[in-house]
Amino acid sequence: MRKVITGNHATAYGAKLSRPGVISAYPITPQTTIVEHIADFIADGELSCEFVKVESEHSAMAACISAQNTGARTFTATSAHGLALMHEMLMWAAAGRLPIVMVNVNRAMGPPWSIWADHLDSVAQRDTGWMQVYCEDNQEILDTTIMSFKVGESRDVLMPTMIAEDAFYLSHTVEPVDIPDQEDVDAFLPPYDPPFKLDVDDPKGFGSLVMPNNYMEFRYLMKLALDRARERIVEVDREFEEAFGRSHGGLVDLYRCEDAEYLIVAVGTTSSTVREVVDQLRSEGEKVGLARIRVFRPFPVDEVRAMVRGVKGVAVLDRVYSFGAFGPFYTELIAALYGQDERPVIKDYLVGIGGRDVRSKHIRDIYSNLKAVTRDGLDSETEWIDLNRPGGGA
Amino acid sequence: MGRFTIPREEYMRSGHVGCQGCGACHAMRYALKALGPRTIISIPACCWAVIPGVWPSRNLDVPMMNSAFEVTGASISGIRAGLDAQGKRDIQVVGWAGDGGTADIGIQALSGMVERGTNVIYIMYDNEAYMNTGIQRSSSTPVGAWTTTTPIGSTGYWEADEKKDMAEIMVAHRTPYVATANIAYPEDLIRKVRHAMEVQGPKFIQIYAPCPTGWRMDPGRTVEIARMAVSTHLWPQYEVDHGIYTINLKPKKTDLKEYVKLQGRFRHLPADFVDAWERRVDRNWERLLEKERFTRELVEKGLLPFHPLHGSSGKRPGGVGSHSADLPTADEVREDGE
Repeated sequence: MRKVITGNHATAYGAKLSRPGVISAYPITPQTTIVEHIADFIADGELSCEFVKVESEHSAMAACISAQNTGARTFTATSAHGLALMHEMLMWAAAGRLPIVMVNVNRAMGPPWSIWADHLDSVAQRDTGWMQVYCEDNQEILDTTIMSFKVGESRDVLMPTMIAEDAFYLSHTVEPVDIPDQEDVDAFLPPYDPPFKLDVDDPKGFGSLVMPNNYMEFRYLMKLALDRARERIVEVDREFEEAFGRSHGGLVDLYRCEDAEYLIVAVGTTSSTVREVVDQLRSEGEKVGLARIRVFRPFPVDEVRAMVRGVKGVAVLDRVYSFGAFGPFYTELIAALYGQDERPVIKDYLVGIGGRDVRSKHIRDIYSNLKAVTRDGLDSETEWIDLNRPGGGA
Repeated sequence: MGRFTIPREEYMRSGHVGCQGCGACHAMRYALKALGPRTIISIPACCWAVIPGVWPSRNLDVPMMNSAFEVTGASISGIRAGLDAQGKRDIQVVGWAGDGGTADIGIQALSGMVERGTNVIYIMYDNEAYMNTGIQRSSSTPVGAWTTTTPIGSTGYWEADEKKDMAEIMVAHRTPYVATANIAYPEDLIRKVRHAMEVQGPKFIQIYAPCPTGWRMDPGRTVEIARMAVSTHLWPQYEVDHGIYTINLKPKKTDLKEYVKLQGRFRHLPADFVDAWERRVDRNWERLLEKERFTRELVEKGLLPFHPLHGSSGKRPGGVGSHSADLPTADEVREDGE
């Protein structure tokens, strides 16, 4: 069935089709319509699940963790300050090896208050152990929700996934979305069957105190799990394509990169604008491609190393800045490439922070600048794009 | 042959790592005797996060999960929801938290859990300070007490504020069943837990549990001091069942000074402070007697017991809808309308 719906509506459909046993959530702009659509599904009898309407995001994640521990599949959604409030419980979910799936609507953190797109909220959760998948369109959100349950619930992974969608560009923008049939999703995604759970017939303890002689091993097992998840994400993307006829690119979504001398690395919805500009530049004879980092955790180290082979210059578009350092996607990319024989010139461009529009013009300017610094040497590692200068003027 | 008044079954095995004379250990042992094996328990940061033992050892024979400090109410909401989603409705879900985890950092999640009518038992074992972290004051610490964050010093910096009344906060939430219990009265404690298992919706039991380490008392006198808490009227043993107060024990009043002098945490208190405190205790006791009398009057007038209202056609966790009396369910309303 094809419908013209928002990213948040697509999220709700993705959750519903995945047949969660428990949803626990708290409203926050711009995530609210997700929980509203879910409530409508339940009220209309289209979705049968326990919906725990908690009193905070912290409790939302705590309830998901405990419900998932009983063997129920769980889902939640949040944004910005809600995600930040969950921080402690995100680590609990990951270290508890609970494959919860959560959609985070990427929104700027206050102060000053802002409800618009920005990646600081999710990137600040980088080290919690959650997988992170950044989406470019509404179809991808729906499909990734279903795929993430399958990846996370793999017996050799058992880790949670955060799906990131840009505030308003996706959450409140309508696009045509194919909604798969329930029986096809059921065939693709089997019921959740964890190896361990809270069970009165087989009593076990979860999360007990461990001494330093064992703690490190639990963390090493998480490292192995996310290493394996790299392969599982690609496999499940392939399985999804076989079942539903579409792929979203696995770890890194490459567009017109085959013979590219220059790459523009983008994340989330900025990628769509870059795609457009790449087409324009290609028609002008420029050898440029788009590399969309789809999965931030686990970081696609091998894919990133492979994609820059033969490339002269790389522009990284970061919609988030790590104060006192650089843009996080730039830092990760640099880290993956350090020690490689062949390293292109790489420059970090800060764009769209707090929901400022990133236009074709900006991408073209970035491309021109990239070519210049590749030829003449870097002027600086980072450049903030479309900044209002003190005293007025751009 | 005498008759055993306490079940012989044990779900807490030997080998716990609690301190000598730990009241919280008594509390768990008796509560599990009442609850039995079809119980799932969630334990936040508190002494009981440590007492079961270091991984892979564990001295509880029921499934348990550790959870973060402030989430007990949300955690057991999630366990209940997860079990309900799988059709497992005959399992007791228990939150087991200390006084700091309940009255301070966890009160928001607890309030939400109760307000949502969640069918669980929340047990607060009250040792009147943050004992696991080294005896820091909580809002449940009694007035006058020494703790490491209310040291006496040269200025008399002891705890200045009265103990937060969690049971009354729970009564104000219209919690179907609220009770205080005490490790020195195990039959009463077990009866209250068993009654809680029969009541639909949220239940709250606050158990007095002395901490010899933190109270600076003789570990051999845990039960004796716990009995004195009741006989001084400092810790009334009572329950509030759907709004109706019942004081379970009305002992002849004993001297608060005798209670105070057995505990190093009160050693510094001047006699006139203890006298003033005792007058306060007496007034609290009188007020509680009045509440018992008054709520019985309300029963005669037909205003109590209250019944939880559940309008969502029995779909609330635990199928609480079966307990409704005051209002029709949504289904009934729809049927009437057609």
